Order: sequence, then structure tokens, then C-alpha cells
Amino acid sequence: MGVKHFGARVTRLEDPALLAGRGRFVDDVKLHGVLHACFVRSPHAHAKLRGCDPRAALVLPGVHAVLTADDLPEPMRDQPLPLLLPNPALTTPRTQLALARDEVTYVGQAIAVVIADTRYIAEDAAAALIVQYDVLPAASDCRAAAEQGAPRAHSDLDSNVASTFRLAYGDTDRAFADAAHVFNEELWQHRGGGMAIETRAVLAHHDPVSDVLTVWSGTQTPHIGRRTLADLLGRDLQSIRMIAPDVGGGFGPKAIFYPEEAVIPAAALKLGRPVKWIEDRREHFLCATQERDQYWQVAIAVDAEGKILGLRGRMLHDTGAFVPWGIVMPYIAASTVPGPYVVPAYQLDTVVVLTNKVPTTPVRGAGRPQAVFAMERLMDRVARELDIDRAEVRHRNLIQPEQMPYAVGLLFRDGKPLVYDSGDYPRGQQEALALAEYENFRERQKAALDQGRFIGIGLANYVEGTGLGPFEGVTVRVLPSGKVAVATGATNQGQGTRTTLSQIIAEQVGCRLDDIVMTIGDTAAISQGVGAFASRQAVNAGSSALVASQSVRKQLIALTARTLGVSEIDIELEDGMAMSRRGNKPSISFGDLARLAQGIPGVSLPAGQAAGIEHTAYYTPLQAAYCSGTHVAEVQVDAMTGGVKVLRYTVAHDAGRVINPLIVDGQVQGGVAHGIGNALLEWMRYDANAQPLTTSFADYMLPMSTDVPTCAIAHVETVNPLNPLGVKGAGEGGTIPAPAAIVAAIEDALSPFGVHFAETPLTPERIVAAMRAAGAYERLFAA
Amino acid sequence: MGKQGTLITVNGKSYGRVVDARLTLADFLRHEINLTGTHLGCEHGVCGACTVLVDGRSARSCLMFAVQANGCEVTTVEGLAPDGKLSVLQQAFIDNHGLQCGFCTPGMLITLTELLRERPQPSEQEVREAITGNLCRCTGYAGIVKAALDAAQRLRGGAGKAGTA
Repeated sequence: MGVKHFGARVTRLEDPALLAGRGRFVDDVKLHGVLHACFVRSPHAHAKLRGCDPRAALVLPGVHAVLTADDLPEPMRDQPLPLLLPNPALTTPRTQLALARDEVTYVGQAIAVVIADTRYIAEDAAAALIVQYDVLPAASDCRAAAEQGAPRAHSDLDSNVASTFRLAYGDTDRAFADAAHVFNEELWQHRGGGMAIETRAVLAHHDPVSDVLTVWSGTQTPHIGRRTLADLLGRDLQSIRMIAPDVGGGFGPKAIFYPEEAVIPAAALKLGRPVKWIEDRREHFLCATQERDQYWQVAIAVDAEGKILGLRGRMLHDTGAFVPWGIVMPYIAASTVPGPYVVPAYQLDTVVVLTNKVPTTPVRGAGRPQAVFAMERLMDRVARELDIDRAEVRHRNLIQPEQMPYAVGLLFRDGKPLVYDSGDYPRGQQEALALAEYENFRERQKAALDQGRFIGIGLANYVEGTGLGPFEGVTVRVLPSGKVAVATGATNQGQGTRTTLSQIIAEQVGCRLDDIVMTIGDTAAISQGVGAFASRQAVNAGSSALVASQSVRKQLIALTARTLGVSEIDIELEDGMAMSRRGNKPSISFGDLARLAQGIPGVSLPAGQAAGIEHTAYYTPLQAAYCSGTHVAEVQVDAMTGGVKVLRYTVAHDAGRVINPLIVDGQVQGGVAHGIGNALLEWMRYDANAQPLTTSFADYMLPMSTDVPTCAIAHVETVNPLNPLGVKGAGEGGTIPAPAAIVAAIEDALSPFGVHFAETPLTPERIVAAMRAAGAYERLFAA
Repeated sequence: MGKQGTLITVNGKSYGRVVDARLTLADFLRHEINLTGTHLGCEHGVCGACTVLVDGRSARSCLMFAVQANGCEVTTVEGLAPDGKLSVLQQAFIDNHGLQCGFCTPGMLITLTELLRERPQPSEQEVREAITGNLCRCTGYAGIVKAALDAAQRLRGGAGKAGTA
């Protein structure tokens, strides 16, 4: 085999164009005669729509149309957007209409769209449009909304509870009855949005000659988008092409199908002109899905040595006004709690509550950071109460490598039993602790304290179900030019999908990385596709790339043997040439082989020769791939201001076999940054009327370069036995345990004052409030 | 809407246009003269994706009207690699994995180009502070900081990190 690419720190093929300003994002696509859209959105969290008067908008020069729900085509007009992940436990499977008709249920819900010559004029016209509302009481805080008699998020529903479900195994009653110790925690966890730096964007163009509707969308899932759009427009699937060109970050919220992805194509069809919509940041805060609040009441039962006997509790999940992805996030949260620990008995009751806020769908981590926070706060509590080191109490409870595969006792969200395929959790924790110099931290802490600095350390473990199905596809085809064309339904929002897949393919096929021409995120390139979420693309598309390129390799070798009259075992493929090692080393180029494989018109191909040199593989994983890791955070807290500085951050991560360490390290580092945001900064606030309060980057803070240290990263590779590459997902592990580790570190830093924390984000004002409540300042000033 | 004539030199080339007075410099660059390398991430002056050099100083092109740049020299990301050959900083971004989705990258490159011009030997802290006005959601900044320090070293004549990594 030729050059070894798998496992190498290959620099990315995506980079040169992006660095030179030659990326192609949706708003960079220029079409002749394009019109621009601006949506008219509800300023109320909950209201009846009484009417919409477009006259003041329509008289503005440059305005072409104002479309409301009645102007949309059938069946989009009355058919809600699809529920992509149904679940029998979801009793109120409500999704929104593309444009609201009678009632609006969150601030920002789209009511109408203005189409004009420029975005500037469209925005003027949208502001001029008059909409009449009868304002209704809003459901804001999910704890209040879950009660009987609370204002309803939807006026036709009897209850705001969309779903209740229990995940359980073992005998928790007995575990708690027999326990030496039982500890309770009440936690509040907020997660914000994905906040990709590129906002959402849609451009649609209908070509009347071919009758093909082409839609460019900044989406993680173009194939699902096309299918959904076809249903809403009543069009044949083949007459729609959806393209996700360069996409400026995804992080989950771009995986769902949005109203704008339906309305903009409908407008382009109606007006016979291309129509473009570029979301502004305020709209992104109002209308792009987020995660938001969970309230946990959890209890842990342990024996005298701190070994877990059982865990039980209740969790309340604020799902917002609709459930486009069903109950996937609370479900994942509920099934992630046991994590890397032996938990003999478990029971969690989850209540999913509708509120008058933008819907929630997965954001990087998808409910797992919350579950890990709950579990790890309990572990810290046990350590503190029993006076056992926090790493030691975890070590006593970790699943051992010889217990793999380990059946937790639950069903995961892929519908399959939650069975960890592989992993070495004790080794992961040990490597992280060693790299973080955990052992001598107390000396560092004492030295800092002597200087009046409060530093602390925290650790957190996690297991994450990644690589979810149903499938992803890759086509590999040798072209007459000698290049290798690749198409995949996987998509790229910065993960380096092109580079990673090229590494797998180039190594198998024997071509240069530069000779691979890859089409990503285009429904015209491959018939089936799913897209990016759940850290799934290396497992799914990576495995398909391997299978497809192995087949192409076989085809190249067979055809070379027949053509050159040499033995298959002597043939080497390298740099786009097939060569025999023997004799006078005859060779033939891939381009010539591709031409031969086309045959001669009217002449039968030799027996065994297929048409062309190509293969399409759709890998379908049997179950999720479980990656794992340990994070250690070291922080300094300013006791007076509550300001937190993350001094040092260490990650030991098991993503299975690593295809490209450069890219995996980048995913981990970026994930940690997101986790730091969740731990300390990011808070999408709403008032009591469900009116959003943080709709700019001045109010909702993202981590800056000075907030995020460069992580020390150790790769603990245990091979996943369930897929041919041995890989697991890497996209979310950086985020998942970060809030737990950081909050634990803050608590440790302030341990002289005995303050405890049970929330994220942990903002300076909350830290100061806790310090004040603990009488810390009296003690500080007395000292 | 009031229109106004404006003459802006962008990456060494002059562009005269009559534009709406309210047209932002960013939209002028992206849509009037089709230099789409400059990106818009927030349009309220925080994210820094739209950063360009105006008469050599970094500026938010989303917070500036095109007519305000009348008579100015503007450098965009396209101007950093005029002949298709990447600059030392751009190459360092490749070698140190300084970008993922690439959307914030043009603004990062412009801010760091200004920094390296003014401080050829920046400390890590100086690099970090210089880019506090540029948000990146993908990378966690580590690769960007490394790339800037690597580029600084290469520009000072040091070998830096092997360019063929």
C-alpha cells in the first residue's frame, strides 16, 4: 500500500481556499436577478394573530411581495414542519407551521416574509408592516409552567407537559434502603445556543427549463432538508437539489429543518426569481434552536466506602414552544447519567415542559453535559462527605476494562441497548491526572494561598454515545482524468470532513490527496444522505469511505491484471498509477484504466468487468459507538469579584483509533471552549413574560481568546470493535464534562469558605452571592 | 434613500461607485465589488469576522458606511495573498490548524496581520489580547495563537515550525 495517511497529522485540504477568502458560503453565491427576504416576526411570546396589513410595506419602492401563511403553497400552508424523531413517550408532538396562522408561541416566530430588491429595503418594509395581536399570558419558567393552572404555551392544549418518561433498571428502593449514606442535590443547568459565527442562510432558485428547484442552505443535513421540503411543496424528490456549501460552524442547531428553509423556496417558486435570506444575529438569538434549562433533583446511595448502590431522581426539561426533534435531548441526558461508573440501580423520571420560547434541539453535547454535571456533582459530594479524594472515589466506581462490553441496563436513543463497546476508563482518568499533575496540586494550592490566590482543581468523567445511524454514504469513482471523484452525504461545518475522508480513501486507492475531488453536502452528488450530528461522521462516512475505496482498489487491481497480463498479487497502486513489481514493471495510469472500464460502444465487456470503476457504500452501524474521557480543570477565582480564570485544562480522550490527530485535537480544544462558555458565560435569559433579554453578543457572552487556555491532550485509543475503522466520535467530548470539571474546580478554590455550587453557568455575581451568603467576606476582611 | 459617490481603493485597486449612504463598508466589499472573503457574523461590532484594514488600521466593516471609506485604502483578506501565494501568516494557520469552519478566519488574519506588523515579537498574552475582538466558535483559539506566534518567528527569520508538516 502507498503513503500512510491514516493516523497522520495531515494538514487540511479545506484550508487554502478559506484562508485566501475564496470560501463559498451561502451569501457568497451570486445569482442574477436575486431578491432578498426579511421575515416579520412576533414581538410577543404568546398571542393570537388578529390580522396582518401589508399595504404600508407594499407601497415602498423595491418591494416585490409580502407573503403570509395564506400565500404559501399546499400542503405547506397548513402542514406543520415534520417531527423528525418521534417517540411514543411524546404525548404532545407539536411542531410549527412555516408561517404562523392563528397563534404565535415564541418571540421571533415568523408570521410573514417581505421580498424586495435589497436586504435594506426588505428590512424597511418588514418594519412598516402592521400586525395585530391579542396578547396572551405566556409560559416562561418551566417549573411554573409544569404546574396545573399555569398559563398554557398553546391555547388549545390542556397541559404544558409534552412528555413524561422514566428510565430505570435495578431495585433503587432497596439500594436506598440499604445504603450507608444517601446524598441529595438540586441542580439548575442552563445551556445556551450553538452560536456558529455564520448565521443561518437560505438561497433558492427555480429553473423553469429543467423544473429543478435548487436550494443552498447553511445546514448540517441537506438530504433531510430536501426530503422535508419535497413533502411541504408536494414536489418530487428528484426535482429538488439542496446544497450545503461551506458552512460557518454548526454545533447542532443547523441540523434541524427551519421555517425559512420552506418559505424561501416557496417564495422563489411563486415569484419566478431567486430569493435569498441571510439571518441576522438578533434573529439567530430569537429563532435558531437552543438547549436552555434543566432542573435536576437527584439522590445517590453509597456504601461506607463510597461505592455507588443506586441513583434516582427527577428532571424537568424546558423544551420551548415546539418539539422538532422530539424528546431526544432529555432522553440522551437521562441515559447518560450512569456514565463510566458501575451504578447497580437507577431511576430517573423526566418531565418535558412546553414554554413560550424558541424550541430546543441538540447543541454540541445534546443533553450530555447536563447529565455529566449531575453525576459528577454527586461524586464530588460523596467524596466530600466521606472525606475521600475526589479521584479516588471515582476510581472505586469506574467500570473496569475487563467488564467490556458493558451493558448499562437502559435503551439508548438509537433504540438499541446501551452497551459500551470498548474503553479503558481507569486508564483515561489516570492519564488525565498525571498530565494535570493532580497528585501535587495541594502543594500548588497552598503556595498560591500563601500569596492570597485562590486556585482549585476539579475533574469529571464521561461516556458519550456517538456515531449514530442510520447510515452515511460515500461514492468513490475513478475518472478518465486520473483523478478520484468522491461524493458523500456527510457534511462539513469545519470538522475537516474532506481531509479525513480523503486520508482514508487515498491510502486505499493509492492516489494523492490532491487528486481527490470531493463533493460534500450536495444532494445531486449521492442519492442518500443523513448529515452531521451526534459525532457520527467518522464512524458512518469514514467506514463507508473505507468500504467503497477497498472495492475500487480491487477493481483497479483486477482490471490492471487483465490489461497488462500480470498477476494481481504483484500489483501496487501508488500516486494514481497501477504497476507490477515484477519483470520490466509494466504500469498503467488510473485515467487509462477508467477509460478501459467504460468499454467500447457495442462491444461486450469481459466477464467480471463492471461498468466504470466506482463503488458506493452505505455503512449502517449496529449501535452507537461509545467514546469516553476525563477532564481536569485548574482555575483561579478572584474572591472579591467572582471572576474565574481557567489556568490549565487537561483532557484524556478515547475516540477510538485516531484518523488525524491534528483534527481530533482541534475538535477537543474547540469543544472545551464551548464547555467553558457553558460553565461560566453563556446564558440566554428570558423575563417572566418569556421575552428574550440577551439578543446580542454584548449581552450573551461567548468565550474569548483570553478565556480559553490551550489544553493538554492525551489520546487513549481503545479500538471500537464494531466498525471497520475502529473509530468513535470526537466532536462533542470536549464540551461534555467541562462544566462539571470547572464548577468543581471553582468550589475547590473557594473551599476555605465552604461554598458549594449546583448550577451552570456559574457567573461572577452568583459566586459573589454564594460567598456573601457563606459569610466569606466577613472572614476575609477580618483576616 | 440618499445616494452618494464614493471612491475606495481596495487591495490596491480603485473602485468608484454611487451607493446608498447607508450601505455598510462590509456590504460594499461583499456585494458591490464581490470580494466575499470579508464575512459578517453579528453586524453589531462584536464578533470581528468583518475586520478589514482601513488606511492600515483594523476596523469593523459592519460598523462603517462605505461612504465613510471614501478616499481610503482598504485591505481585505483577498489582499493578503494577492498572487495566490499564501502569506506567512496564512501558511502558519494551515500548519497549526488555526481554522476549522473558516468563517471567522478572514477577520482573524487581518487583526493578526496588524499585530505582527506592529509587534514583530509578540508574547502569547499579547496575541491573545489582540484577538479578543475576534470570536471563534470552532477552534478554542489554541491553533490561532500558535499560528500567530509561529508566523512571528518565521517573519523574524527563524525557521518556525516546518512548513511541510
